[in-house]
Amino acid sequence: MRDDCLIVRAFSLPEIVASYTSYDWDVLIRQARRGDVLARLYFVLKQHQLLTKVPEPALNHLMSAWALAQKHERDLRWEVNRIQHALNETEIPIVLLKGAAYLMQNLPAAQGRFYADIDIMVPKESLPVVERALLIHGWMAVKLDVYDQQYYRKWMHEIPPMRHRRRQTVIDVHHRILPETTRAQPDAKKLLDASIPVDGYESVRTLSPVDMVLHSATHLFYEGELDHGLRDLLDLHELFLIFGENENFWNKLGERARKLELTRPLYYALRYTKGFLNTPIPQQSIRQIETEGPNWLFAPLMDALYKRALVPVHPSCDLYMTSLARWLLYIRAHYLRMPMYLLIPHLMRKAFIKEKENS
Amino acid sequence: MKISDLSLTNLKQRLGTSGIYLHTGPFVTHLQSKIPSILNNFALLYANNTLLDNEEFADFHINLATPRGLRRWYRSQVMFHFDDQVPFKPLPYQQAFPMMEWGLNWCISNHAHQYLILHSAVVEKDGFAAILPAPPGSGKSTLCAGLVNRGWRLLSDELGLISLDQLELVPLARPVNLKNESIEVIKKFAPQAIFSDDFADTNKGTVALMQAPVTSVARSNELVKPACIVIPKYRPNAATHLEHESKGHMFMHVADSAFNYSLLGLTGFETLVKLIDRCDCYTFTYSKLQEAIETFDELATVNNTIC
Repeated sequence: MRDDCLIVRAFSLPEIVASYTSYDWDVLIRQARRGDVLARLYFVLKQHQLLTKVPEPALNHLMSAWALAQKHERDLRWEVNRIQHALNETEIPIVLLKGAAYLMQNLPAAQGRFYADIDIMVPKESLPVVERALLIHGWMAVKLDVYDQQYYRKWMHEIPPMRHRRRQTVIDVHHRILPETTRAQPDAKKLLDASIPVDGYESVRTLSPVDMVLHSATHLFYEGELDHGLRDLLDLHELFLIFGENENFWNKLGERARKLELTRPLYYALRYTKGFLNTPIPQQSIRQIETEGPNWLFAPLMDALYKRALVPVHPSCDLYMTSLARWLLYIRAHYLRMPMYLLIPHLMRKAFIKEKENS
Repeated sequence: MKISDLSLTNLKQRLGTSGIYLHTGPFVTHLQSKIPSILNNFALLYANNTLLDNEEFADFHINLATPRGLRRWYRSQVMFHFDDQVPFKPLPYQQAFPMMEWGLNWCISNHAHQYLILHSAVVEKDGFAAILPAPPGSGKSTLCAGLVNRGWRLLSDELGLISLDQLELVPLARPVNLKNESIEVIKKFAPQAIFSDDFADTNKGTVALMQAPVTSVARSNELVKPACIVIPKYRPNAATHLEHESKGHMFMHVADSAFNYSLLGLTGFETLVKLIDRCDCYTFTYSKLQEAIETFDELATVNNTIC
């Protein structure tokens, strides 16, 4: 499954960077920057005590990205503080998702990670109260046209994004992890019920370790635009490394996936972290999940598509038909999220609007 | 090998195909462009810069090109590509060369956080280095251009790079960006200086670039410790006046003018504290360039006698 993409090789077997030439480093830095994983690369090389093998010009870029990641981390911690402050009076527990969760639980997956929006989840019935509290504390709905507003409210698993008017930070408030229209229907209540507290905060929580992994996998393998595909795969890799130390984790993971109807994304997560990044996953877990994969006709196709799409969008990573692969995964993601009678008008509208913006 | 060692035809051929690997201060830029005004101005202004021997690693891969489609012919434009991506909106075709300069500044201020980066000019004479931080319009570039035409070394006209560990100023001797009236002022003041074309109607008005002095470019590897920080203020008809500035005010002023002060967090704060601690701080009002340079010369002499 692995190909010649330098950045994938560097993450799957960090020691290999010792043999990289100046030219390799040039390409590696560009691939890492495009994939938003330059600071993660710094962290991994440091962890493996390989920074001395990095030529100085390349090391400068890694250190520069690391400094930026530190800034992202400080800003995100402050943002969590502000969100907690805004929602304090509502007494509604906030469950942080993805990057914010990794950071607030001090997981290695947060090391050298860049953050764009902050994602939280609350019970669906609390949405109006949460939205109002955020509004009072300076977050405003990002301008969307009527169609997009309605689309979010009616079909999506989150309300339209809100931006803070002073800090310009964006928050996505979720009430489930997949849109209402998806065939798989993981029960949001089960996720919230199993959530765990964040140290030092009364009402800030995150998903439990197994749920965190399942959500990360679901997010990545239902996603149609994979610009951050490698970063998300690296998140999964780090989560498997740290949680996998606990033997119970692997048993619980499969069980939980079945309960939440998320075995397919888990299948991909295990298959591709191992395939791309050499993640140490117990053979038994792989065997147990194999039956949950696509059928013999589709499995090789999905491998071929993800092999092309889970790498940075950089010319040096492109293989034969990479753009077709990315396009097919984009269509697939929409198909998974919506029934045909909704999907076709939606995509036509999106294509039409895009044309209009471009002209 | 220097840019001036290449014939114009050769340079044109290389810029238009695989590109060149250019040394500017601590950075290597891989530059490609088929645009004639880039070629001509580049050949003139970067004549003394050296090319890399092995074309393997570059800090920045940039390409200036015309957009596809109608815009190639109708009100033609130029786009700045950073490793195949386009971080800015296109500019009118005539502004290709200044766009390259601004684009390079963007590359550095966004990707070189191994330095504290100040929006400032930096000049040096006999080991005495002065940082001139200031907002645009304060006469910083004019003063800087004047000084470097009277024996001062140019470290930078726009981006003061300070190494975080050693607190040293890192030279980045690139062309000096002059605006509007300053262009004529410096052309009269230093008739031997080499200038680019004038580029009218940019969002900074008319701009022209002046070649960095050949000795400044040659000494691009010589780092220097900062000795003073001077906030320049050009005021028409004002008398030349140098006065001490409080360290507290200067700290805030420099923090404000830095590109990545808050990004660097505690490191940024600690670096700035050390910088302000070791530097004499001044505000400098002037209207006559000659007198301004005399004041700076005096500062350098006094400082060197004390040391």
